[in-house]
Amino acid sequence: MSTDSTPALLKSAPGVDSARTDGPAPAGPSARGPRSRSTTAYLRYAAGKLAGAAISLFAVLVTSFFLFRLIPGDPVKQMTGGRQVSTEQIAAMRREFGLDLPLWQQFTEYCGKALTGDFGTSYQFRAPVMDKISEALPATLLLTGTAFVIYTVIGIWLGARSAWRNGSFGDRFNTAFALTLYSVPSFWLGLLLIITLSVGIGPIPGIFPTGGMESGDASGFGYVLDVAHHLVLPVVTLVAVEYARTLLVMRSSLLDEMGSDYLTTARAKGLRDDLVRRRHAVPNAMLPTVTLLFVNLGNTVAGAILVETVFSWPGLGGLFYQALSVPDLPLVQALFFVFAAAVILMNTLADVIYPLLDPRVGR
Amino acid sequence: MVTRVPPRSPRPRRGVRFLLTSGAAALALAAGSVVPGNPLAPAPQEAQADDGDKTTLTVAVAQSVDSLSPFLAQRLISTSIHRLMYDYLTNYDAKDNQAIPALATEWKPSADKLTWTYTIRSDSKWSDGRKATAEDAAWTFNKMMTDEAAATSNGSFVGNFKKVTAPTPERLVIELKEPQATMAALDVPIVPRHVWEKVGDFSKFNNDQKFPVVGNGPFILTEYKVDSYVKLKANKDFWRGSPKFDEIVFRYYKDQDAAVAALRKGEVSFVAGSPSLTPAQSASLKTAENIKVNDAPGRRFYALATNPGARTKDGTRFGDGHPALLDQRVRQALFMAVDRRTIIDRVFQGHAVEGEGYIPPRFKEYFWTPSAGQKLSYDPAKAAALLDEAGYRKNGAGKRVGKDGKPLDLRILCHATDPNDKAIGKYLQEWWGDLGIGLKVNCLDNVSDPWYAGEYDLAFDGWSVNPDPDFVLSIHTCAALPAKPKESAATDNFICDKQYDELYAKQLAEYDPAKRADLVKQMESRLYDTGYMNVMAYPNAVEAYRTDQIKSITTMPSAAGNIYGQDGYWSWWSAVPAAGASSGSSDEGGSSTGVLIGIGVAVVVLAGGGLLFAMRRRSTAEDRE
Repeated sequence: MSTDSTPALLKSAPGVDSARTDGPAPAGPSARGPRSRSTTAYLRYAAGKLAGAAISLFAVLVTSFFLFRLIPGDPVKQMTGGRQVSTEQIAAMRREFGLDLPLWQQFTEYCGKALTGDFGTSYQFRAPVMDKISEALPATLLLTGTAFVIYTVIGIWLGARSAWRNGSFGDRFNTAFALTLYSVPSFWLGLLLIITLSVGIGPIPGIFPTGGMESGDASGFGYVLDVAHHLVLPVVTLVAVEYARTLLVMRSSLLDEMGSDYLTTARAKGLRDDLVRRRHAVPNAMLPTVTLLFVNLGNTVAGAILVETVFSWPGLGGLFYQALSVPDLPLVQALFFVFAAAVILMNTLADVIYPLLDPRVGR
Repeated sequence: MVTRVPPRSPRPRRGVRFLLTSGAAALALAAGSVVPGNPLAPAPQEAQADDGDKTTLTVAVAQSVDSLSPFLAQRLISTSIHRLMYDYLTNYDAKDNQAIPALATEWKPSADKLTWTYTIRSDSKWSDGRKATAEDAAWTFNKMMTDEAAATSNGSFVGNFKKVTAPTPERLVIELKEPQATMAALDVPIVPRHVWEKVGDFSKFNNDQKFPVVGNGPFILTEYKVDSYVKLKANKDFWRGSPKFDEIVFRYYKDQDAAVAALRKGEVSFVAGSPSLTPAQSASLKTAENIKVNDAPGRRFYALATNPGARTKDGTRFGDGHPALLDQRVRQALFMAVDRRTIIDRVFQGHAVEGEGYIPPRFKEYFWTPSAGQKLSYDPAKAAALLDEAGYRKNGAGKRVGKDGKPLDLRILCHATDPNDKAIGKYLQEWWGDLGIGLKVNCLDNVSDPWYAGEYDLAFDGWSVNPDPDFVLSIHTCAALPAKPKESAATDNFICDKQYDELYAKQLAEYDPAKRADLVKQMESRLYDTGYMNVMAYPNAVEAYRTDQIKSITTMPSAAGNIYGQDGYWSWWSAVPAAGASSGSSDEGGSSTGVLIGIGVAVVVLAGGGLLFAMRRRSTAEDRE
């Protein structure tokens, strides 16, 4: 869309109807004038955003340490609860986890190590937490990433169409359908899909696996198909529940553009309705959607804990839940940091990209 | 052609098209056809059917493996897998839980009760071909005694060991500090020395990198994928005989309803539930075809614990337990106002047995019931009289007040994750309310903090009991009390009773099984009378399996018992495949129909897409006019 959308973006700037050389320098030819100045301005803007992100990351690092120590419950008590353990064993575990040290000492050690990327060893799994995270990350990215792509495409597409035909039966049906799915609890929808499409009911045969990411006995291309087969129901669940948000944002921002003069101009030129929508209206309405898109993208890392649980997907959501229930401090800290970092990075990326999409931003 | 452009005058056909588009999208979503490749995917599982006649037993599990190292593992799933991978010195008879030979064929104490000699069998081989010997056992115990990290999971078993040696490959000698009657119940996996002595840091070695893992149990661990599956193949050379199934797979279903769905479908052969299937699940499975629900007597007790006044070993008091509970009459009155029958019928919906003594009836040897005179039967009138006698009389408002004039208001700790706790809490509020006692049900995700701090009046309590009852008895001794206030300790409920302790010491030194059982029953009787810990119910273990995949399977106790989490490997070792259970059947049934339907869905979607595209082309063509 890049080549196509640029002119549309330039045309956009609703409210800024003439190309003034000073002032908030909207768009159009004027932006081309003081190119070097605007490049420096952009770099300064980007650097500011990046510095902000770095500060946020550090704040997250510190927060993650203290936040999870507020959770009631002693990891050692929780892990040994209901088991045959001696007092010596409990003391040994405390020593091993460093829980016998004063808090400030635990904190400095944590920070020092975390800065080098070492988040310590999981209490319950006795493995480096980064290993546990990288073990579960691909599964999560596969699930939420696939769902993200699909619900973004569907959401934007249906949203644009709904807005364009707003008030029509199609619009109302579409919005109502999306909102209905949006308000359905994902685990419930997941279970319904399992009962109907995995187990099968009446004439509907069960064609999808009930859970997990793989059967465990396929290899090569068969493995890819096997995983794809397991991926269908969880992705459908996620898409069904999530696409409404993109749809609604897209719909309302396109509605804002609907009365704009530049659309009348475009129509006056004799452009086909579809083209007016695709080339002129949609690109201008994309900004809020892009924001949402990046927020969603940042959240994909955190996984979808309910859907992962219902479909027994071996991802980060489930790992986070297990870590919290102990609480497995090194693991929750690292996961919290990774989740927050993903959101921060994506937001920063969005901030950095905005001025390229809309020259009004960042001046 | 201006008239055509304004969007505000959509022609009906466009509306229809838009509706079609939305409908198609909705359909695509609902039909699950948005991801390419799915119609073909059942194929890989189907392909496995050509692998010969491999029989696979698939077990649905939910709990993640904490570690596959027997030195670190603490969770039931992991220790159950270790039972299959490694032989222990002894095992428990499936019939009656008696200790029977395993890696050791015989064990004998010395006259002074301080030395135990085990004869190690000569026909147990490690899966890499080497012989399993007494040296492996001695090395395993010595490692746990000398390396703190290696003592993580089973250290309590060697706490009383002075010295462990293997004078010959067939003889293991354990010297004790004090006499210990539990020497035929050492639930410690014996590992091959030649493999494990190469391990550097035991605190970080999880035994999950190199497969197959060398073992000498009935199954050999061949593959493990975190939170996806654990696979073990039958050990054809196992000395007790090869298992009947060729392979056992523990497959992950994190959601119990999904696991039940997988059982219905035949994707798994067995579902245990954690800790049990719900009454609703078992009711729905009972009517299902080819599924047998095993409503087994459980190994847990479910009790009402009262805070006896939390204190440390040296007698320092802490916590804030209600002083009224220090009176035995109040504790007994509270329990007498609990209608155990209603709890079994309404809360457990029949899937439990009414509580009597501390140890559940499935452990016959140690099961004790109160005599007619001592039984605290459900009797609200008698409970009221006891409270009157203790000085807690009803005031004008119907509330019981103490001598200080304060109303008797109690709190009970409840596990927020356990629906039974919450339901019974409601009943207790009603029953005790009738007596004039107020009750606050305090449901928490994490009860351990207030519990260890002694900040509770009553609590819902429960333990899983082993064939040897020593551990569940030990947690009520004075020795188990914490050294410092609020410190975690082995104690369950801060009970410290001299008479109980004396009996405990006696049973631990009593090597005659019958005499020891008698002492244990006396302890149960004492515990019952104190009213610190009264059992309301023994919940059943409700589990289910497919009879078209498993023809027969041994429960423990064999007359009526559970399948998952046995004190032995009997269930999986003994399971006989049903005629139709040969490979693939444990996976999808009707995959070929699945493929056809999948292809059908794909065709419909493609056709729909094509139609849309064609309509679009037509309108474009019109625009071009």
